[in-house]
Amino acid sequence: MSATRAPGAVPTAKSKEPIRPQGMKKTRNPKRPLVYVLLSVGLLIMSAPFLWMALSAFKTSSELSASPPVWIPTEWTLDNFRDLLDKLDLPLYFMNSVIVAVLVTLSNLVFCSMLGYALAKLNFVGRNKIFGLVLGALMVPGNLMLLPLFVLMSKLQLIDTYAGLVLPFAAGAFGVFLMRQFMQSIPDELLEAARMDGAGEWYIFWRIVMPLVKPALATLSIFTFLGSWNNFVWPLIATNDPDKYTLPVALATFATDPNKAGGSNGMLMAGAFLVVLPVLVLFIALQRHFTQGIATAGMK
Amino acid sequence: MSTTTGKAAQPAKVQAGPGTSASPAAGPQGRRGRKRASMGVQNAAGWLFSTPFLVLFTVFMAFPILATLLMSFTDFGLRNVTHPLDAKFIGFENYVNLFSDDKFLKSLFNTAYFVVIGVPLTIFLGLVAAVLLNNGIDRARTFFRVGFYAPVVTTIVAVAVVWRFVLDPSDGLIGGLFTEVGLTPPDFLGSETLAMPSMIAMAVWRNLGTVMVLFIAGLQAIPTEVREAAKLDGAGVWHEFRRITVPLLRPTLLYATVITTIGYLNVFEEPFVMTQGGPSDSTLTVSLNMYREGFNFFHMGYASAMAYVLFVVIMGITVLQLRLLKDNTK
Repeated sequence: MSATRAPGAVPTAKSKEPIRPQGMKKTRNPKRPLVYVLLSVGLLIMSAPFLWMALSAFKTSSELSASPPVWIPTEWTLDNFRDLLDKLDLPLYFMNSVIVAVLVTLSNLVFCSMLGYALAKLNFVGRNKIFGLVLGALMVPGNLMLLPLFVLMSKLQLIDTYAGLVLPFAAGAFGVFLMRQFMQSIPDELLEAARMDGAGEWYIFWRIVMPLVKPALATLSIFTFLGSWNNFVWPLIATNDPDKYTLPVALATFATDPNKAGGSNGMLMAGAFLVVLPVLVLFIALQRHFTQGIATAGMK
Repeated sequence: MSTTTGKAAQPAKVQAGPGTSASPAAGPQGRRGRKRASMGVQNAAGWLFSTPFLVLFTVFMAFPILATLLMSFTDFGLRNVTHPLDAKFIGFENYVNLFSDDKFLKSLFNTAYFVVIGVPLTIFLGLVAAVLLNNGIDRARTFFRVGFYAPVVTTIVAVAVVWRFVLDPSDGLIGGLFTEVGLTPPDFLGSETLAMPSMIAMAVWRNLGTVMVLFIAGLQAIPTEVREAAKLDGAGVWHEFRRITVPLLRPTLLYATVITTIGYLNVFEEPFVMTQGGPSDSTLTVSLNMYREGFNFFHMGYASAMAYVLFVVIMGITVLQLRLLKDNTK
């Protein structure tokens, strides 16, 4: 590998193409600075709103309205956060969001895996029809269900309850699809051997299949948790009592109510910062799962 | 690891009847095993494993989809939330009214505007980012990919709040940059002509990461040999892109276009937070209009008709895209 490395050339890290003529690599190198410049400019634009948010959250009100804009606060302050916490019970909304997201994630892990296993590994009458249903459900926009769902939840007295926020999302079609894809790669022989030994289907599912699909479960957890955390329309509809708001609903209500937020961009940036920060940290820590999950789902 | 406790033979090993070896994927070994495993047991297990999903699906998806359709033919209003069955059947009145409702037509136009400009921009910039990232950058790739993808994972509501401030003409970032070079910043979100483009810019910013990740996966699925062969045949960069990359990315392009279009047709949070549909309805989208009619004014029958019109539009466009962008080489 090192033999092909031209002196002074930037080594291409992986040994993907072990025997590459030297000339070919030279044709690639001259473009590379340009690629880096373009990507860096892109990245700057992509991250500017986040930087602006994070920095503005710590600015004093005079610097917030300074013109030309001040990027780095000269005097860092926590006043925006303090004011915001006075007006908005963020810990409560945070807890609501966490509880709903955890419940949604857990139920998806169990229910989607169960159906995924049945679709991938069990031979039963109606299997193809159910799979068709799952694929169909993937296409249906959530907005189509909102009105009757609200009526149904009112009838069931589930408005302003965690159950009302969780149940419509307790088993998503995406999760079923993802788990089916992963479980198909488990060798049939393994399951047959277990059946031969007298293991029941539940035992096989819970003790053999589930441990084998842990990476898929991780991917599904991340996506489901995130989807729930960021979900807005349904929690907006299914909560009237401000004590039951999730974070996005609380933030949106606050931001669109001129009596509350007024022109206080500092408070709003502090709020956005607190909502976005956990998600960004989670994402950066687990970024590999994200891109893999998207790619898997897209590959069909 | 998977040794089972009981060695007792599985009870009720009913021989599978003819026509049960349906799975074409099963090899000879799998087929033999499958025949021995009783078909009856698997039927029961299959349905038991499907039950939780099916119950939730029926109650919270299938029923509401049907109910929306039924509601769209009634005058369902606030009092019907407690007495749904009292709603009066009015035939196609809601649909007829929709198409003479200027506000609805405006929201339909706005949504189309958002999709027609937003989707190609998102796809194009996502593709550019993917191609750049796939261009011999190895060590920094993860870094850039994380940066470009980050907006996708963040809460739309929070992001919309941030963008509202970024675009603020007096205190915002872009306004400030305008002032710095001696220009008067336009009131982006307060202007009928600029509000929608501003919202499109934000949507493109937020969603191009998804498209980029899809295209990176698609690009990496193209075998290196194909590229090398093209190079040996003297294909230039542009030629390679045009003749190798684009055709082989077709399935990815199709998928990315379909999911981006569906997402954009449902656009709701951005106008809800940034403009509340204004100024003078210039950013009122179908979803926002539906939400207002249904949950602010409780014209739920009317809103249901809107939901169905949007649904039909989405299905129609999806089918059209699948036809147009289908892989013709197969």
